[in-house]
Amino acid sequence: MADLHRFANPTRFLKLAGLIQPWALAVFLISATVGLYMAFFTAPADYQQGESARIMYVHVPASWMSMFCYTVMAVASAVSLIWKHPLADVSARATAPIGAAFTFLALATGSLWGKPMWGTWWVWDARLTSVLVLLFLHIGYMALQGAFDDRVRAAKASAILALVGFVNVPIIKFSVDWWNTLHQPASVVKMSGSSIHPSMLWPLLIMAIAFKAYYVWVLLVRMRQELVANKVRILRLKQVHGG
Amino acid sequence: MKQFAFLVRRDLSLAFRQGMDSMMVVVFFVIAVVLFPLGVGPEPSTLARISSGVIWVAALLSAMLSLERLFQTDYEDGSLELLALSSLPLEVTVLAKVTAHWITTGLPLIVAAPVLAVLMQMESEGFLILIVALLLGTPSLSLIGAVGAALILGSRRGGVLLSLLVLPLYIPVLIFGVSAVDGAIGGYEFKAQLLILGGFFIGSLALTPWAGAAGLRQALE
Repeated sequence: MADLHRFANPTRFLKLAGLIQPWALAVFLISATVGLYMAFFTAPADYQQGESARIMYVHVPASWMSMFCYTVMAVASAVSLIWKHPLADVSARATAPIGAAFTFLALATGSLWGKPMWGTWWVWDARLTSVLVLLFLHIGYMALQGAFDDRVRAAKASAILALVGFVNVPIIKFSVDWWNTLHQPASVVKMSGSSIHPSMLWPLLIMAIAFKAYYVWVLLVRMRQELVANKVRILRLKQVHGG
Repeated sequence: MKQFAFLVRRDLSLAFRQGMDSMMVVVFFVIAVVLFPLGVGPEPSTLARISSGVIWVAALLSAMLSLERLFQTDYEDGSLELLALSSLPLEVTVLAKVTAHWITTGLPLIVAAPVLAVLMQMESEGFLILIVALLLGTPSLSLIGAVGAALILGSRRGGVLLSLLVLPLYIPVLIFGVSAVDGAIGGYEFKAQLLILGGFFIGSLALTPWAGAAGLRQALE
């Protein structure tokens, strides 16, 4: 706990964030370049799906990130409710729009992939539906954040919502799976780690690293921006009260 | 326990004295369902096919409509603060308010549902299961909704916000509620769906009062 609170001091955090930020950006730029190059040129086209399978290198990391971001939000919310760690709440708030964007990206690329492969933009398949619900949960969180004038209240209310939603995510996932198998047999492309060839797995993993580094970078930008905005507000208040 | 019963009675008498309030929910339920035959056309086979889904979706929406008032009036006139200060744990208070909410909205919906099922040309095999599924499902709707109702206290645009928060969490109840009724009509197994609905009820009974009370506490700070 002591280690966690060492970085509760925003000044110390800002210093650390300033150190990490360029590295995160560098990792993102390098791995995205390498990953995209491999995805387009060295990875083979799928023998059945042809060139369109290459959208996988964006689609799969984006889907991973959508779940990851919601988990970060829920964990940060729990930390902010239990230990009242001041940065936890800032990071949860900063994560929400990034998570929503990744979820939307996963849905959009999936839909673009689905048109040539399944012959339709959208199927009420279990996985699609549960990701769509995840997008709604992200949006609900952001809406609740924005609905209060008092920022402390907004933070607390949305932290509770994030936790309730987190309990519900597995339930939704499982109920949707069940519903789907009852009505139409699944026609999803299955991808288990062992069945994918290294020539496709490597670009995928590198792209996953790129996405994660991008997340870290944007998260730090947003968190620093918010802390600076806080400082500006306090200075303004001081000015008003002082003069 | 005595305080719990008292609180439920208080909320019920408040609801009954306001008269039309709880009736309004049922009226909305009926109108929402009646829109469907007008929208999709009156062919009996089409209506029968969608009947269970339409009734469940309408029940979801009407249960949600009344949620906004669950804590709002008590929050505005200050009685919520008194309730929070009383010896009764806030979790039990939430449970009592949810019970009253279910009696004034969930129960009338269940009474109205068979009539609507007839209007929607549902096969008669589904009636009993529809009622059982609603009996098991609507309490979960009230419980989950209470968390949302507590979180939006004092916010701007509470009503619209509430639907955005609560509806995604209602999806599992909808899925299993509809598939139980469809199973009964089609002659399949439906016990599992009913058991899962019961499981949702027990699970939300155990968890949502805590979340709801946490929501109320931060609203009252």
